[in-house]
Amino acid sequence: MKHLDEYRNPELAKKIISSIKAESDQEMRLMEVCGTHTVAIFRSGIKNILPDNISLISGPGCPVCVTPNQEIDMAIEIAKSDDVILTTFGDMIRVPGSFSSLEKERANGADIRVIYSSLDALNIARQNPDKKVVLLGIGFETTSPTIAGAILSAKNVNNFFVLSSHKLIPPAMKMLLEVGEVKIDGFICPGHVSTIIGSKAYEFIPQEYGVPCVIAGFEPLDILQSILMLIKQIKEGNPRVEIGYKRAVRPEGNTTALNILNEVFEVCDTRWRGLGVVPLSGLAISDKYSQYDARKIFDVKVESENEPKGCLCGEVLRGIKIPLECNFFAKSCTPDNPIGPCMVSSEGTCSAYFKYGGDRLEC
Amino acid sequence: MCLAVPTKIISIENDMAQVEIGGVTRKASIQLVPEARVGDYILLHAGFAIEVLNEEEALETLEILEQIGETP
Amino acid sequence: MKNDKILLSHGSGGKASHELINDLFLPAFSNPILDQLNDQAVLQFGDVRIAYTTDSYIIDPIFFPGGDIGKLAVCGTVNDLAMCGARPLYLSTGFIIEEGLSIDDLQKIISSMQKTADEAGVKIVTGDTKVANKGHVDKIFINTSGIGIVGNNVNISGSNAKEGDIVIVSGTIGNHGISVLSKREGLEFDAPIVSDCAPLNSLVMDMLSVSKNIKCLRDPTRGGLATTLNELAMQSNVGIMIDEANIPINDAVRGACELLGYDPLYVANEGVLVSIVPADEAPNILAKMIENKYGQDAQIIGEVIAEPKKVLLKTALSTTRIVDMLAGELLPRIC
Repeated sequence: MKHLDEYRNPELAKKIISSIKAESDQEMRLMEVCGTHTVAIFRSGIKNILPDNISLISGPGCPVCVTPNQEIDMAIEIAKSDDVILTTFGDMIRVPGSFSSLEKERANGADIRVIYSSLDALNIARQNPDKKVVLLGIGFETTSPTIAGAILSAKNVNNFFVLSSHKLIPPAMKMLLEVGEVKIDGFICPGHVSTIIGSKAYEFIPQEYGVPCVIAGFEPLDILQSILMLIKQIKEGNPRVEIGYKRAVRPEGNTTALNILNEVFEVCDTRWRGLGVVPLSGLAISDKYSQYDARKIFDVKVESENEPKGCLCGEVLRGIKIPLECNFFAKSCTPDNPIGPCMVSSEGTCSAYFKYGGDRLEC
Repeated sequence: MCLAVPTKIISIENDMAQVEIGGVTRKASIQLVPEARVGDYILLHAGFAIEVLNEEEALETLEILEQIGETP
Repeated sequence: MKNDKILLSHGSGGKASHELINDLFLPAFSNPILDQLNDQAVLQFGDVRIAYTTDSYIIDPIFFPGGDIGKLAVCGTVNDLAMCGARPLYLSTGFIIEEGLSIDDLQKIISSMQKTADEAGVKIVTGDTKVANKGHVDKIFINTSGIGIVGNNVNISGSNAKEGDIVIVSGTIGNHGISVLSKREGLEFDAPIVSDCAPLNSLVMDMLSVSKNIKCLRDPTRGGLATTLNELAMQSNVGIMIDEANIPINDAVRGACELLGYDPLYVANEGVLVSIVPADEAPNILAKMIENKYGQDAQIIGEVIAEPKKVLLKTALSTTRIVDMLAGELLPRIC
């Protein structure tokens, strides 16, 4: 498959790994911000094959994992109404809220449907004019323009609503640097978020914090190349933002997508599981499109949320603990019976450690 | 957080395209990439094309990767 | 049981299904035959061993590229019998039909069952029909049970695998799951993939004709190849190491899995079997499989190891990672 297979060449991978081993001569801690990178690093075996002096830390780039319980609780309350069809991306269906999950509520009779695209949700609205169709909007900058696109396409549809829980990545990276809990020598920046926001969005990181950034694609060679680029930047002492994923990322990003995003959404403060309130890191539907805003249409009360005691998802998301350090990991908390979202999300750090054998790896 | 797949545009009608990977085809909105043309490769995410892949850059990247591979 | 209600994942063949069996069914029904947890029960009547199995089919859509619910209902039960080395002979079939189903559709399904039964050499000898009020059943559900005779000296069970044995898969994986998904509402992609739904008893008979020492046979249905390998590893108390490069998958399945974010190892099959055989007999058995219509793409994919007692995958980068059983259902993802 074009633009995929070429970046999976094992012979080339082995050579790049040799270069990495030759070049890296100091301890370095690199954070892969994006959950999709975490999974790719595990699945490809890169996690096991890097030299010991390079540590990879997983960051908060898992939109499912950073959704606070209260958002899920709200979606559940909305879904319980008889005249509501709640639509969601598959990622969210098994995530535990304070008391239940969308999967369990579906079993209880709520009309909850998994969709692949926001346009599918819009179609469901057109086909069910007597119901209110609510799309649970999660995801970072890769996904939020697609939700904005659906809203713009919903001109004569009066029963389509979005419950926006969308978030922005650079403010979260800023917060991690500000809080300074974990030493980060370099960021592996999320490839597809960057497709939308471009490389300029990260420039404050080397400029204000002196931390190198490389925007990476998701195939093994992309990730290995980016690690090598970070090593070189660290050795040169000249931190900057580099694009490894050049075939998909432009410095200015996708301006059409950004314009659509800015048309439909406005930036707001929002709470992230594990990080607390991160200033200017959320997206709310702007007044011009408030007729699609589920938060304005539905008046649901949710109880103050109930995060499970002892669950280390927050610390894992901030990169200061690894899943193995959580008492629940692989015992009472497994992908089949998750306590926190990091275990149930397909790209949660705990899920990756569990599925791909992190407890057997020396990381 | 971003599963996006490189697929080839095989036809376009208004702001919807038919895209293909490995012989599998699907509809995709090109609302976010109005400049896309038939024959382009796009990144498909949640039913939308989010970017047109740059062939020249792709080739350059592959060359760079080969070169890293050659360096002893 | 971790939940107080049945969830969809309890039926998807993965961990939750196993929990249901272990926590509810086994304690209630336990006996030495059931406790083996094979897909079929082998019962001794004097000198004769009879294999007995049952399966139910609720697939949606009921017509899909390469098959329909009727063909599936015959193949599924024929295959469960074949997986213990039995020669399938007779099936029963129970229909639960939704009020309003078109007679035309029912006719098509019945013809399909007849054709498949003929190919497999089995007879449908008894049956039952119920009609449920509209909305109480999704179009049609079918249950089939079957019996077959296990030949002398045939001893195939999920608990037989030993260190050093070779693992063979009979064909490309993921075809059934992807072809069904492509027709399911909301996903709607076109894939040049037809379901691999097929009766495998002739393939098994061919294999048995060149070897009396086949250890395990199983057809990876829901939960995919990964789940089946985990089941076999658990039953035999061993580990299994497979090589990513050797797993046969065709391009369209690969493409569809990329699109949806699925791992082909977890996608359902209906015409593929996994076989664990002694190492010295593997080349011979493989050669015989390739001669059969349903074994043309057969490949050796790995071997049985003593430790660790997990299913491991050797990646393209020559590192190993764990392949777990399916948790939850396969869902289309954005992340």
